[in-house]
Amino acid sequence: MNKNKEQLLNKRYKAEQRFRLYGLSAIFMALLFLTIFIFKIFSTGYTAFQKTWLIVPVTFDAELMMLEQNPSNEDLKDADYYDIALKSMADLDPNANEDQENELKRMVSYFFEKEIKNELLNNPGLIGKTKEVYLTASDDLDQVFKGNYPRDLPEDQRRVSDYQLKIFDQLVAKGKVESKFNISFFTYADSREPELAGIASSFMGSIFSILVCLMIAFPVAVLAAIYLEEFAPKNRFTDFIEVNINNLAAVPSIVFGLLGLGVLLAIFHLPRSTPLVGGITLSLMTLPTIIIAARASLKAVPPSIREAALAMGASRMQTTMHHTVPLSMPGTLSGTIIGLAQALGETAPLILIGMVAFVNTIPGSPMDPAASLPVQIYIWAESAERGFVEKVSACIMVLLGFLIIMNLFAQIIRHKFEKKWS
Amino acid sequence: MKKNGVKMIKIKAKNVDVFYGKKQALYNIGLDIEENQVTALIGPSGCGKSTFLRCLNRMNDVIDICSVKGEILINDFNINDKSCDVVRLREKIGMVFQKPNPFPKTVYENISYGPTIHGMAQSKQEMDEIVETSLKKAALWEEVKDRLHEPGTGLSGGQQQRLCIARAISVRPEVILMDEPCSALDPIATAQIEELIDELKKEHTIIIVTHSMAQAARVSQNTGFFHLGHLIEHGSTDKIFKNPDNTKTQDYITGRFG
Repeated sequence: MNKNKEQLLNKRYKAEQRFRLYGLSAIFMALLFLTIFIFKIFSTGYTAFQKTWLIVPVTFDAELMMLEQNPSNEDLKDADYYDIALKSMADLDPNANEDQENELKRMVSYFFEKEIKNELLNNPGLIGKTKEVYLTASDDLDQVFKGNYPRDLPEDQRRVSDYQLKIFDQLVAKGKVESKFNISFFTYADSREPELAGIASSFMGSIFSILVCLMIAFPVAVLAAIYLEEFAPKNRFTDFIEVNINNLAAVPSIVFGLLGLGVLLAIFHLPRSTPLVGGITLSLMTLPTIIIAARASLKAVPPSIREAALAMGASRMQTTMHHTVPLSMPGTLSGTIIGLAQALGETAPLILIGMVAFVNTIPGSPMDPAASLPVQIYIWAESAERGFVEKVSACIMVLLGFLIIMNLFAQIIRHKFEKKWS
Repeated sequence: MKKNGVKMIKIKAKNVDVFYGKKQALYNIGLDIEENQVTALIGPSGCGKSTFLRCLNRMNDVIDICSVKGEILINDFNINDKSCDVVRLREKIGMVFQKPNPFPKTVYENISYGPTIHGMAQSKQEMDEIVETSLKKAALWEEVKDRLHEPGTGLSGGQQQRLCIARAISVRPEVILMDEPCSALDPIATAQIEELIDELKKEHTIIIVTHSMAQAARVSQNTGFFHLGHLIEHGSTDKIFKNPDNTKTQDYITGRFG
């Protein structure tokens, strides 16, 4: 009998140990996947924050630029920079034939003309002189410099010719190739050229979208939640509404995209591809999330507080507004931020309402066409150029950073207000 | 309180029935409550004494399925009448709950809330005065006068309950309902509250629901005994405790059941 009991006890302890082991290994697995994921993204993406520049001597020849004596600022703006730009590149190899000159030109981005122009506009005294100017390297050379480009492929399978590599290596040897922090990744809009593509457009698009989403979803959801929780009678009709709100939260996001397409664009003719439409569509998606969070936190306010206020002669409205709602706000707000974070990461509905269009301008308002960060990831991931691979990872990093900051904010709000009165 | 030797009746309940859905919780309650006296409602758990108490300031309205029938006259006005304004009624009838439930705000804001929503103070100074007198009447002033702007939830249990009493009297109600105000408190805090009740009855009519018969005997002048939704017996505390008419009352008082 006693021995049996001993065995039983041992068995129970062992079961507990096993259970702990399962739990630990589950956590280990989760962390492992997360680490692999983050490592992969960082190792591919970190190079996107560096940009390769070629330092090329440019002679600002007034004659080639079609400039008269003592040109005004206007003249400088209108001047022709293409020839001197071309010449500076061709001068890298004095013995180059015409084909090779063309290849030399393609070693830098098509922005090189503009970069030379900006240099002169910043310093008009350069006319007639020669100065070394930083020119954005082409995306392929950028990848070569970062070591991401397979040099050992046969030449006909490479986008960089042997000749370009030779000149590039010469420049590297002379210290005329430099890698600097890639500011343009944050300030430029999207581009077909990886070396010139940035996230400014999609970043602003995302910000405008979630602002629109917040402004629509938050008030509507909070009012709905307050009404349902504090005022509505509990009957079949309100039960029916509750079930439907929960169902709405489970509707696949692409369905909301179709709704946006069919209603906002087709019937109301709102401007296509804009954060306005995107935000409204996302707000439909966020609405149930916020309602559920707000109702849960209203429910969590102890009934004794309501009773205390009512017994003091506060009306129902006063009880709600003075006591229940303020106490439920931390929960509501953190629910809202989590809902917005979801909306921020949403791609499918935005693709349907046209925010997937190629946008090379930075939107100034929610009415301007824009992309959004997750859609930008999708667009770049589809592009063939090798230079976009690192850009995708970098964009993911920015999006994740954004999400982490938002979730952190939600945590801080919750903690700060919960601590205050407990 | 007697005027010209006649007992002044503050609250008169007539044929009060209460239902929770289909279940009847109170049967035909008739009870007179004297002005400026402490009336204790005693009885075993679930006997309906709290339900009856909550009828007096219509707190049962909050419960969807609860319906109250019959007349409850306060100052000869039927509060179950449609013309009765609940907000004004609750201004006149304060309530203290079983568990201390101060608002999660400062001590000062806890007291000033009632006067604010009822527009009782015209200036900050007047409000300060109301807060001070209410806290003094609740015998809490000395303990909290230096921490008026700290959270009320940071006080001890007994202090919180006195804060709730101070909050209730801040709007100068005529009647104070107390629903087992000491059940969550230790004996010392209980003694303080009981002393306070004795003091408060000079200005307010008090109705207290209690589990403790000793407490009922100590603080009340009148007692009503509830059992299974019926008011079995009511009368002066002396009589109920020393010479009850009903054997059930006798059995409960002597601890044979309950």
